[in-house]
Amino acid sequence: MLKIKNLHASIEDQKILNGINLEVNAGEVHAIMGPNGSGKSTLASVLAGREDYEVSEGEISLNEADLIDMAPEERAREGVFLAFQYPVEIPGVSNINFLKTAINEKRAHHNQDPMAAKDFLKMVKEKAALVELDDKLKNRSVNEGFSGGEKKRNEIFQMAVLEPKLAILDETDSGLDIDALRIVANGVNTLKSKDNATIVITHYQRLLDYIVPDFVHVLYKGKIVKSGTKELALELEEKGYDWIKQELGETIEG
Amino acid sequence: MAYTEDDLKEELKDKKYEFGFTTEIESDKIPVGLNEDIVKLISSKKNEPQWLLNYRLKAFKVWQSMTEPDWAHVKYEKPDFQSISYYAAPKQKIELESLDDVDPELRKTMDKLGISMEEQKRLSGVAVDFVMDSVSVATSFKEKLGELGIIFCSFGEAVQEHPELVQKYMGTVVPTTDNFYAALNSAVFTDGSFCYIPKGVKCPMELSTYFRINEANTGQFERTLVVADAGSYCSYLEGCTAPARDENQLHAAVVELIALDDAEIKYSTVQNWFPGDENGKGGVFNFVTKRGLCEKGAKISWTQVETGSAVTWKYPSCILKGDNSVGEFYSVAVTNNFQQADTGTKMIHIGKNTKSTIISKGISAGKSHNSYRGLVKIGKGASNARNFSQCDSLLMSDRCGAHTFPYIECENSSAKVEHEATTSKIGEDQIFYCLQRGIDEEKAISLIVNGYAKEVLNQLPMEFAVEAQKLLEISLEGSVG
Repeated sequence: MLKIKNLHASIEDQKILNGINLEVNAGEVHAIMGPNGSGKSTLASVLAGREDYEVSEGEISLNEADLIDMAPEERAREGVFLAFQYPVEIPGVSNINFLKTAINEKRAHHNQDPMAAKDFLKMVKEKAALVELDDKLKNRSVNEGFSGGEKKRNEIFQMAVLEPKLAILDETDSGLDIDALRIVANGVNTLKSKDNATIVITHYQRLLDYIVPDFVHVLYKGKIVKSGTKELALELEEKGYDWIKQELGETIEG
Repeated sequence: MAYTEDDLKEELKDKKYEFGFTTEIESDKIPVGLNEDIVKLISSKKNEPQWLLNYRLKAFKVWQSMTEPDWAHVKYEKPDFQSISYYAAPKQKIELESLDDVDPELRKTMDKLGISMEEQKRLSGVAVDFVMDSVSVATSFKEKLGELGIIFCSFGEAVQEHPELVQKYMGTVVPTTDNFYAALNSAVFTDGSFCYIPKGVKCPMELSTYFRINEANTGQFERTLVVADAGSYCSYLEGCTAPARDENQLHAAVVELIALDDAEIKYSTVQNWFPGDENGKGGVFNFVTKRGLCEKGAKISWTQVETGSAVTWKYPSCILKGDNSVGEFYSVAVTNNFQQADTGTKMIHIGKNTKSTIISKGISAGKSHNSYRGLVKIGKGASNARNFSQCDSLLMSDRCGAHTFPYIECENSSAKVEHEATTSKIGEDQIFYCLQRGIDEEKAISLIVNGYAKEVLNQLPMEFAVEAQKLLEISLEGSVG
């Protein structure tokens, strides 16, 4: 589904990604881990098409379609969803109105009529239940005055409504207590199908107890330096990242 | 050189101002220039009584002794008052009882403005008075209002039919000596709207006036006078447009509201005068004096959505004279390209337990400057007066400016005055968040801006809130940078 080949990207002349190769198939969950500053969030932003980042080399394709030339809103309509690490507040715009606009933009892109209000409200109700989102949050302004946990739940709620092909969760576990973590993970697991894929970016193994990855990759200095299965995450939790740095010391520096 | 359709098309290329058409109607226009004879000529053309001519002449004398104010945070070339024609009327018989007699060209203008009278009549139940250049052309719904004793007509007609009311109230809230432009208006005003709501009557429909400057080199100087007698209520809306022209046009209006004991007036404005092109050429100078007087327990609420004009200078105010009276001011002011706005309000607390609320939302884009200027004055006798002010500014580009000039004068120690202000730049993070959900940039900006202005837009009557939202969108197209 997603193919990343030799991806190089920089921001303000500072090189962050140094040749990433990654292939994600439908039905798979990939976890990306790595120390601070290794480029995890940059990778998420580049996949979503944030214009602050410049892609100098490499290819990204989603179901054979070239993503790099696509505007961020087109990528979204084609099924790329980013659950933000720090979801922004949009005062005065109700959550429900925001979502209605988003879903109808996507439908228009696929030559579908706007969703009938009744159907939309019914769907919203179902999806909100999935992440146990408080009913009144639906009518509040987008993320305004939400607690950290509510914001993250709201991201997964939006994901449930928009039904992406590729979901990227950027440190969705940060700032969540154990109960919220369980709810969010449960939402993600329920949405998982053989037709979509998920990339989970995280610092901690803890999230992966709940969202079990098929593959784990370690990102370091803008490159995937080690890949494995979920056991790799356990090993990282136990030993930290230093052993990988040491293992790579020569090759990276050289 | 004559202004042609092609020029118009050229100017409208960017689709930013869609009301820039001119209407080819023969018009009765007097020579340019201003002197006592011109004032007399206007008065005689309007067939006015002697007291009104005297009023005008007195105002003209006062105006001659005044100088144009320059304290506002705006820069522009001062208009040449001798090169303006002070009277232009569409040449046609005015039949107020039937709309069928209205000149077809004029009807077309109304249609383009989206105020097909019959539609309005049938669908929305809005009574409309249409003022083109200087003269009020048609007032709809008159009969139905008449049954309730409500008078809603052109100012000129009110002078003829209800001189006692006009003479009693005109100039009581905005005296001729008030300021340079109010004095000018008092001398040369040509028409406008008049409204009287009798005691205890709740006006069942929105009253609405559309103003339009059509002729070149004319100024528009209209007067609006709304009197709500004790215990009555009305909601009044005005809309304004003008053709897109290279030269600046002057609009200097006076609006006076009088709310007698326990009466309520809600006054909403959607102002969309031509703002000038993207290089700052042309556009309307909008120098307006608006003020309301509240007697005991009365309430006046101003709501304005200002998207047009090259230069705006306007402070809809409330004099809270009666005990327990209430004043409100809700404003969204948008400036783009080279537009300049200096707008705000004055809340003058005189009576006891008076309350006022100010919500001002400025939006600046392009190279424009947007200023809020407000005065909250609590007089000695205004025990327990309360004011809450909130002034927010939203910046859309790196080259625009937002300025806030709040003045507070408090002479009574039992008063409570609160002021909150914020300035923010439209966030790239907010826009990216929308993009990532599949919402394109234009729609994202529209969502964010409408969300920002929501508190004010919610105050508008339903059908005009929609119009105002569209206007915000058009005014800010392609303006993030």
